[in-house]
Amino acid sequence: MGKVIDMIIQKQFISSLASRKMRIDKRGQEEFRDITIEPGVIAKAEGSARVKIGKTEVIAGVKMSVGTPFPDRPDEGVLMIGAEFSPIASPDFEKGPPAEDAIELARVVDRGIRESGAIDLKKLCIKEKEKTWMVFVDIHILNHAGNLIDAAGLASIAALLTCKMPEYDEEAGTVNYEKKHKKLPMKFKPVPITVFKMSDSLFLDPNLEEEDVMSVSLTVTTKDDGNIVALQKGGSHGLSLEEIEKAFELSLKKGEEIRKLLEKHI
Amino acid sequence: MAEFIKKERDFVVPGDEIINSMDYLPGRNCLREGNSIYAKRLGIVNVDGRVISVIPLTGVYFPRVGDMVIGEVEDVQSNGWVVNINSAHSAYLPLSGVREFIDTSKTDLSRVYGVGEVIYANINSVVSANSIHLSMQDPRCRKFRSGRIARMNPSKIPRLIGRQGSMIMMIKDLTGCRINVGQNGIICIEGEKEDLVIKAIEVIEHESQSEGLTDKISMLLGGSKIPKAPETPHKEETTHEFQMEPSEAAEESFEEETFDS
Amino acid sequence: MKEFKRDDGRKPDELRPIVIKVGVIEQADGSALVSLGKTTAIAAVYGPRSMHPKWKQASDRAVLQTFYSMAPFSTSERVRPGPSRRSQEISKVTREALEPAVFLEEFPKTGIDVFIDIIQADAGTRTAGINAASVALADAGIPMRDLVAAVAAGKIDEHFVLDLGGKEEEVTKCDVPVAYMPRKKQITLLQMDGDLPPEETKEVIKTAIKGCEILYEKQKQALREKWVR
Repeated sequence: MGKVIDMIIQKQFISSLASRKMRIDKRGQEEFRDITIEPGVIAKAEGSARVKIGKTEVIAGVKMSVGTPFPDRPDEGVLMIGAEFSPIASPDFEKGPPAEDAIELARVVDRGIRESGAIDLKKLCIKEKEKTWMVFVDIHILNHAGNLIDAAGLASIAALLTCKMPEYDEEAGTVNYEKKHKKLPMKFKPVPITVFKMSDSLFLDPNLEEEDVMSVSLTVTTKDDGNIVALQKGGSHGLSLEEIEKAFELSLKKGEEIRKLLEKHI
Repeated sequence: MAEFIKKERDFVVPGDEIINSMDYLPGRNCLREGNSIYAKRLGIVNVDGRVISVIPLTGVYFPRVGDMVIGEVEDVQSNGWVVNINSAHSAYLPLSGVREFIDTSKTDLSRVYGVGEVIYANINSVVSANSIHLSMQDPRCRKFRSGRIARMNPSKIPRLIGRQGSMIMMIKDLTGCRINVGQNGIICIEGEKEDLVIKAIEVIEHESQSEGLTDKISMLLGGSKIPKAPETPHKEETTHEFQMEPSEAAEESFEEETFDS
Repeated sequence: MKEFKRDDGRKPDELRPIVIKVGVIEQADGSALVSLGKTTAIAAVYGPRSMHPKWKQASDRAVLQTFYSMAPFSTSERVRPGPSRRSQEISKVTREALEPAVFLEEFPKTGIDVFIDIIQADAGTRTAGINAASVALADAGIPMRDLVAAVAAGKIDEHFVLDLGGKEEEVTKCDVPVAYMPRKKQITLLQMDGDLPPEETKEVIKTAIKGCEILYEKQKQALREKWVR
């Protein structure tokens, strides 16, 4: 992960607060920073959303086109999710191909959306084995202030929920981006929640400095019915089974709250 | 009195519990957690009084003060030389470590020791893992002008030296070669029968745990079976899996030996 | 009740045949080959050694670098050589599965490189790789808190199954690879693809842990076989 401030005394300060279950910005253990969800920020995209969690800012844009389905899924739409850690967002992001953090983020968000069946991919099929809608979700980090996965996951799902499909002229084989009416067929709203550990206690929504201090994290993606659809442990330490169970509890609860927030904005 | 789960001379891997007792202290390559002492490295359990340690069977050379090492000069700097000693880090030979007085305004240091040259040096200090200082003050120290280099895993060097230097002395006698052994797993051989020495080293490296290794080497080099060296009482040979010389005893003995003949 | 049969006849909590060979690559400081059924991984460890370039060094510990890659001939459809997004993610989570076990603080400013090559792939490649890397690190004499064992578990029909095989990946309700350090009961790799209630997810993880405990003993046995004569 990109390191910004490595001052030992600062890290020690945060750790000692954490051992008393307190945080440097005075939040509670399970408290998220302020979340804002703004749908439709990119006019030319089929769907888009800007999400802010505290000062972390992420934009997800959805573009659609028509192409051939995957050979092993001939009757389904194609979904691709990518992430760019633009150098504007942090002194630690470099120009060039995605680094492992960006790749991991995209794959974790993808897992949540794909495994949950959030998009009804079967309804995107135009002609079995030949033509199908392709959905591209691109995540663009604008400011890195910690907890990128949760912000990116939320932005992606918000963008998909507001996505309007362009029209496809079967005869001409062209896509008309000027006419967008039908909503993308969505079934679920998966939400990733990252639980992290500092000084033997579990917390939610790490800010940038907390990410430097954290020993280990577990991102749990849950969907509307309370099922877990994706898990990703991160960090150089381990977790006990008890901690994993606690993380499930925390992420389920918070996932539900955030889903309700989503419903309000979309 | 607690029972040893892994007894002395037992083979252990990282994470193996050796004993559940507060009566012992964790020494090298061991750690204590709760009431138990565990192994940190692959090796053999060693008990010295109340200290339990693990003698590693493998791994990079871990520099210790007083060790004689054979190193290759990697870089010549303004006040000393950077020397590769086959460890996780390179070592440094400062000007002050050299026997002769050198006037840097008149002498080009690379003419004293140049890049690629091989020296037999002594580890003078290990301030931290990456601050290893060498010295050439010990009378055994020198620059090699000729010879063949052999390599061996540092953990097998005690076997090459043998109990009180017996193995290396035998090899020198039977081959007539001048052999300098570095604790860091590098050996320099000078003499006509250097290929025999190489063979002996290979056998020792691959069969260090076998029984009758001394006899085998002796016969390989054209000697005869050697009568067993007198035993020190507390380290007698019993039937156990390893016929390796008790490393600690061998380590102590070679510190007093001179290795060039 | 209809008997539950896995496609290769195994019981739900049965692992595929395990092969572990230590020291297979002479040039490496430590190495191992691990096979779980038809999945085979070879790991080679180099280090601790100088870390270059210098800016990559950590002043207070060794930097562990892990490189996972699949040989082009390892799968039915040829894999294009070179890193893919998938292999980069697996390299990252593999590194994070091994770091908790290694005493990195003992070798500041150095690097320890772990290369994992998958030469045959039939599901469970990342877990085979982690088992191989754990044995290779011990074989290299690197100080570790514990060995790390790994295996994946899932749920097929009503059964929690251990060590998913290639064909089972299509029918399982979830794929949960787990890496585990048994001494401290720490889970160092945890991922999931699936759709399962939390209670059942927990059961799948517990099933994987049991498999890890068996592989842990197999790792010890294999190390013993090489080093004890």
